[in-house]
Amino acid sequence: MLKDEDRIFKNLYNDLGWNIDSAENRGDWLKTKDIILKGKDWIIKEIKDSELRGRGGAGFPTGLKLSFAPKEVSARPHYLVINADESEPGTCKDRDILRFEPQKLIEGCLITSYAISAHACYIYIRGEFFREGQRLQEAIDQAYKKNFLGKDACNTGWNLDIHIHYGAGAYICGEETALLESLEGKKGLPRLKPPFPAIIGLYGCPTIVNNVETISVVPTILKRGAKWFKSLGKPKNTGTKIFCISGDVNNPCNVEEEMGVSLKYLIEKHAGGVVGGWNNLQAVIPGGSSMPLLPKSICETITMDFDSLIKVKSGLGTAGVVVINKDQDIIRCIARIAKFYKHESCGQCTPCREGSGWMWRMLERMADGEATYKEIDLLYDVTKQIEGHTICAFGEGSAWPVQGLLLHFRDEIRKRSHAEPLIKKRSNIPYLIDQHLLENDSA
Amino acid sequence: MIVPKIIVNNKEVEIEEGMTVLQACELAGAEIPRFCYHERLSIVGNCRMCLVEMEKSPKPIASCAMPATDGMKIKTNTPLVEKARKGVMKFLLANHPLDCPVCDQGGECDLQDQSLFYGHDSSRYTENKRQVKEKYMGPLIKTEMTRCIHCTRCVRFASEIAGIPELGAIGRGEDTEITTYLEKSMESELSANVIDLCPVGALTSKPYAFEARSWELKKTETIDVMDAVGSNIRVDTYGWEVKRILPRVNEDINEEWISDKTRYACDGLLKQRLDTPYIRENGKLQKSSWDKALRLLISKLKLFNSNEVAGLVGDLADLEMIYSFKSFFEKCIGSKNFECRQDRIYINPFERMNYIFNSTINGIEDSDFILLVGTNPRLEATILNARIRKAYIKNRLKIYSIGDPGDLTYPYINLASNTSLIRAIAYGTHEISEKIKKSNKPMIIIGESALYGETGKYIFETLKYFLSKNNFIKENWNALNILTQQASRVGAIDLGVHSINETENFSFFNKLDNDEFRFLYLLGADNICFDKKDKFIVYQGSHGDKGAEIADIILPGAAYTEKNGLFVNLEGKLQTAYKASYPPGDAREDWVIFNDLANMMKKPLDYNNIQSLQESIKKNIQLKINNQINKNNIINFVNDNISIKSIDYYYTNSIARSSKVMNECRQISKKFLFTGIEKAS
Repeated sequence: MLKDEDRIFKNLYNDLGWNIDSAENRGDWLKTKDIILKGKDWIIKEIKDSELRGRGGAGFPTGLKLSFAPKEVSARPHYLVINADESEPGTCKDRDILRFEPQKLIEGCLITSYAISAHACYIYIRGEFFREGQRLQEAIDQAYKKNFLGKDACNTGWNLDIHIHYGAGAYICGEETALLESLEGKKGLPRLKPPFPAIIGLYGCPTIVNNVETISVVPTILKRGAKWFKSLGKPKNTGTKIFCISGDVNNPCNVEEEMGVSLKYLIEKHAGGVVGGWNNLQAVIPGGSSMPLLPKSICETITMDFDSLIKVKSGLGTAGVVVINKDQDIIRCIARIAKFYKHESCGQCTPCREGSGWMWRMLERMADGEATYKEIDLLYDVTKQIEGHTICAFGEGSAWPVQGLLLHFRDEIRKRSHAEPLIKKRSNIPYLIDQHLLENDSA
Repeated sequence: MIVPKIIVNNKEVEIEEGMTVLQACELAGAEIPRFCYHERLSIVGNCRMCLVEMEKSPKPIASCAMPATDGMKIKTNTPLVEKARKGVMKFLLANHPLDCPVCDQGGECDLQDQSLFYGHDSSRYTENKRQVKEKYMGPLIKTEMTRCIHCTRCVRFASEIAGIPELGAIGRGEDTEITTYLEKSMESELSANVIDLCPVGALTSKPYAFEARSWELKKTETIDVMDAVGSNIRVDTYGWEVKRILPRVNEDINEEWISDKTRYACDGLLKQRLDTPYIRENGKLQKSSWDKALRLLISKLKLFNSNEVAGLVGDLADLEMIYSFKSFFEKCIGSKNFECRQDRIYINPFERMNYIFNSTINGIEDSDFILLVGTNPRLEATILNARIRKAYIKNRLKIYSIGDPGDLTYPYINLASNTSLIRAIAYGTHEISEKIKKSNKPMIIIGESALYGETGKYIFETLKYFLSKNNFIKENWNALNILTQQASRVGAIDLGVHSINETENFSFFNKLDNDEFRFLYLLGADNICFDKKDKFIVYQGSHGDKGAEIADIILPGAAYTEKNGLFVNLEGKLQTAYKASYPPGDAREDWVIFNDLANMMKKPLDYNNIQSLQESIKKNIQLKINNQINKNNIINFVNDNISIKSIDYYYTNSIARSSKVMNECRQISKKFLFTGIEKAS
């Protein structure tokens, strides 16, 4: 259990007030100047030492990412872009940071912008987060008034302006390069990589794109030291993380916990347990809708960090824990997720455009029990053909949940598939053999 | 310096800076399938067909989008690659209709070809296929958007090459649709190139719809005559009929684009054709035999004094035609009253560089400054305009214009349109002359609209004087460019078919207007305005157009696809056109007609087959190179406005005027101009 003094987001439930004065009471904007005066290299080194990994889903080491920005500013300015396009189903951590802890984000923006030599920071906020955007704007205005932002921010001599940009409701705009395209006013289609945004990003300039939570924890890490941050969690999976627990639990909530906390503890302790008791648990999606689900057997022991989840062929993702109990039709759940991905595919590259709809249609039929056994293998093949063959990670995001289902609930699908012709199940009876139905087996 | 190398399938190849992995693989002889990648368009990497395996990369990479770097190890023939490509092909075919038998792309379809290598033998997609509504894209492009594989080549072509960003993808995911959104035809003279670019049958040719299958057609590589650019084309014929015209790659001229007029005027070759000689009897044209018509012609010729006989060469004539015409006039008639300038513009024929595009079309890309004088290259030489746009995109070169040509698909600065500006430039009092002097490789492109009469003489000679004084007319760079519009023009002047002497540039037209000619021989000349009065007119040509209307004798000739011929394009490049079809009915190749005439007059010409004719042409062509520029040659200032003559783009010659498709395009562009709407409701 995370001790209260180790909690980074103390106002996650808005008990203490969101505005700048109460935030200052909690320690925000304290010694910001001192941190900045320690220099860019120190900041980046400290973040590297803390082994902070990006909280947006991929878990890329943040310090390393910041160090990709060119050391010298050439004719092209540098930009910091904050990805607040939190659209992953099952995830709602950034929303509460924007609402209740905006100063943490803003302070993080200032420090990170300084570290990568950016004078402008864009916060790309999900269009549906309209009220959150207004709140954030208010918070930014308050920071400007106190001279924490703008010209000579915090009396450090560094100039920084923060701009908010509202998205228009596309999931794909949370992908960093699609986000940049959208920010430039174009259609949100992911760009080809290389070149990576750190070299050629927004308007062709070096750009660092980071998640809200990642940037929000930066000031605290720098204030309390990388050592402290490293002492939490597990090696290579350090620090704390906001887990969003939803689905069939008695008390869905956001909670900040240490990395590597056990899933069972998280559900039982913070979310009030599974509806109908732990034994009623069917599966858990551990990291937002794009991660493969885990069956109950794995949920018993699994700890929530990047590496342990990869070991069981899933991922931490955004740490959006979706609990599915036995009252739910698991195939229909995944079919619904597949429908979401079919709807949100940008349509740029072939495998995802054509494959996402294909998967959804097959899953719908499987949920209705109208699929054949052969189609289960076909579906798996389709997911394999999408995965890794696309421009962005959306392909994986749409294929993994389906793979998770096929990995752990194949029997469930087979059991339901009444469309499987009887004749094939008894193909060893010579007089029942119908050539055209057996064609594929004998071919 | 170390040459960067990459290893493709264990074979080492040297690569150049900026190459992609796909290009490097091609160098190594490994063919990579692709749909979205195209050499002349930007890279989007969205079809995913070109996946290859790269060492140290867990996923296969899209080779078209990956820059090749030293030491890369690429594999294109592994099971992983094979599987990935098969998978992508499966996805492409999932929603692609299986209608190859009724698809016009069948036989020349990239998807069809590649599915032979990477397709599954049977479909595994059991869902319902997607159906997409057809989109209206004008009279040239037929759409069948269900077949679209969303490679976005057409979208990129429209916004990058044509400069008309009228195509785009709307919707998302499976529902992505390529459309003009307003469902109107593309306002580009290059629009039909998207048909060639489309790797599937989504965009096909509307006029050619269901006309023939590609393998039934005879393909002849030849030269276009719709403008003076001399685009390289391939003429596809089915029997006598020219079914369609496609571009051929020529990096120096048209790259791989052709204008809509070049592509679609070909149905004019089937209509309004002259297929038998006619004689005017009692004011009415009557069918006649060759013998009768030629005898009548000769007997009429004898009635006139040789200086009362004049000849005019039209816009589409090849060198054989012009040369035999000239020989006939000089030898058999003894007249030198011939002319090729139907548009009555000023031309200085005493040096070859005075009437050609000296900087060359390729040179446009090296240029750093362009001044357009009285020209609208978009309509006068569409392909050349596309090259200027390419140069603009590549080098952001500065373009200025004297006279207002309207939208040229690239930004330019409009200067005043008075000849006083020319004087100011020549005297160095205008800022432009400073800019020209400062630039490395400037170009001045003088169009027809700036070359009328004495004004034209002033403009041309002043600008030439200015350029030569500032040393821009050199061996390696000649900034002086004349943009001619007629395929026959440069060749005709090379052959000396003009009545220009040192003092008099327009003597032919003065005589014509003063009725000094009584016998006029029109060789495919349809664009000239004059009073017929009691002149005896012979028209020899392929189409029943303006010239045939007023003629007393009509001799049917061959159109440009129906004979072997030499053409000189506006840069002065000599190109050979080949015979794709044959003249209809009794029509004959034009040089044969002159030979017959000469033989009947017992004054035979010195050649009797096409080879000896071409030999003779090559011997007699005069390329005047006279490097002595008269630097004191100051012409008296003529104060006049330079206004760009509006061009009826789809109606510039007799073939285009006979074409139903061109007519349709013209109606639409006119209607759109006035109403903003194309289709009734």
